[in-house]
Amino acid sequence: MLRISQLRKVFANGTGVEMTALDNISLEVRTGDFITVIGSNGAGKSTLLNVIAGVYDVDEGEIWIDGVNVTNQPEYRRAHLIGRVFQDPMIGTAASMTIEENLAMAMKRCSPLRLAPGVTPQDRSRFRELLAVLGLGLEDRLQEPVGLLSGGQRQALTLLMATISNPKLLLLDEHTAALDPKTGEMIGELTNKIVKNRELTVLMVTHDLRQALEFGNRTIMMDQGQIILDLRDPERAAMTVDDLLDQFEAVRGKRLLDDRVLLV
Amino acid sequence: MLLSALIGTLEQGLVYGIMALGVYITYRILHFADLTVDGSFPLGAAVAARFIADGGSPLMGTVLAMAAGMLAGLTTGFLNTKLKISGLLSGILTMTALYSVNLRIMGRANIPLLRKPTLVSWFGERGMAPWVLFLITLVLIKLLLDLFLKTEVGFAIRATGDNEQMIRSCGVNTDGMKLVGLGLANCLVALSGALVAQYQGFADVGMGVGTVVAGLASVIAGQALVRFPGLGWATTGVIIGSLIYRGAIFAALRLGLAPTDLKLITAVLVVVALSGPVWSSSVAKFGGGKRRATNIPAA
Repeated sequence: MLRISQLRKVFANGTGVEMTALDNISLEVRTGDFITVIGSNGAGKSTLLNVIAGVYDVDEGEIWIDGVNVTNQPEYRRAHLIGRVFQDPMIGTAASMTIEENLAMAMKRCSPLRLAPGVTPQDRSRFRELLAVLGLGLEDRLQEPVGLLSGGQRQALTLLMATISNPKLLLLDEHTAALDPKTGEMIGELTNKIVKNRELTVLMVTHDLRQALEFGNRTIMMDQGQIILDLRDPERAAMTVDDLLDQFEAVRGKRLLDDRVLLV
Repeated sequence: MLLSALIGTLEQGLVYGIMALGVYITYRILHFADLTVDGSFPLGAAVAARFIADGGSPLMGTVLAMAAGMLAGLTTGFLNTKLKISGLLSGILTMTALYSVNLRIMGRANIPLLRKPTLVSWFGERGMAPWVLFLITLVLIKLLLDLFLKTEVGFAIRATGDNEQMIRSCGVNTDGMKLVGLGLANCLVALSGALVAQYQGFADVGMGVGTVVAGLASVIAGQALVRFPGLGWATTGVIIGSLIYRGAIFAALRLGLAPTDLKLITAVLVVVALSGPVWSSSVAKFGGGKRRATNIPAA
């Protein structure tokens, strides 16, 4: 599904203050894998997702999605393969546009733009069904601007938008971290539900080690631009947060210490 | 006397309303402060006037003017998206270059169109006042624009102005959308310029000065007065704003102000309108109130 080989990404190259964000990363993701990605600040987790999505060019290495070499494709060219949800709930939606308009743009990501009406009555009934699944009452507010929604509602909508066209790959970048705990949990449950229903392939970055073990079937740990641990079920299923921390220490010879890493 | 002056004001409000709709597209929808307008407005006038003065058909001259305006907008878009020059500077560069281009097109600083057939005279021969022509054109453009903004391409342009990252992750080439928006906007601005030249009976190389500020004044006034949600109301607001702006100019002249002072007055009006939130929040603070200027998402 997703094959990354010997990827290197250096920021501020040639300035004397180079920062190697990705250092020779290789990763093979199979269809249906749900991988959680953990690691301290600056480990390269978000950079990895951004490089896969095409926000940044890579310096070396290749990225293949579903048999297509996308390494040099600009972001918008590979967008039909990828759904994304960001940490900031404001990033995933256009605030001045209505719920149905946002959903319509997300749904048509695979087809070229036309001069046809952006939302048809058929679209509308489909949106209603999809929104009803969220259980937030948004199905009755199709024509309201997204700017009127709360952060949690916007994130739920973004999640729906990211998955509406059944992308080959779903990239979640700490998508529950900016929400209050209860809303974050709701979005987490929703994520599991949608991913299971559609059998999506997922990469999810999280700072919450418990969440990292609870979600998905595989966990990778990053440090200083490298993948230092790759844990799969069933081995992973038996692990606790403490086991994770011990594993990190065994590999790197230091504790995984970071004020943003949640241990419980 | 007063009646004919009022009709003249109405006609100006309508014909400049087309330009204001162009400014609305760049300023409100794309969030792009496009100064190309000060050059593309006289460009439209220059192309139409030259073509008509050389014996061409006024309709064809007007269509050519629109095409020229679109090219001007695309130039600004090219500078901004491909050469990575800031939006504001891209517009200024195109506007400055257009001053020379317009003089080249006209061959001199002023082309009179007296006794030449124009769209305005064509309507006049059929017993219709210029405002009929302007009203039909403006309403047609407004309705087409409303429809366009509800298409898939329209969605993509609006989203490009609202949240570039989001719409890129939906597979849209945002550079392309900026080009479409700027081209379309300046096409309307040039149409407005072409009609104004035919209406006032001449094209002048200096007629573009302050166009963008007048357009902004119309857009802002319309937005302040028409507060219903929805795009159809927003474009209606721009038209009403344009009429009100021309009305205000008319009133200022009646009060004895010199026509040469109008640009200063317009600029002050726009400053007052744009700084409204700052004033109301500092007034509230001074009064010990808790009201604050809030960021309301653009309709």
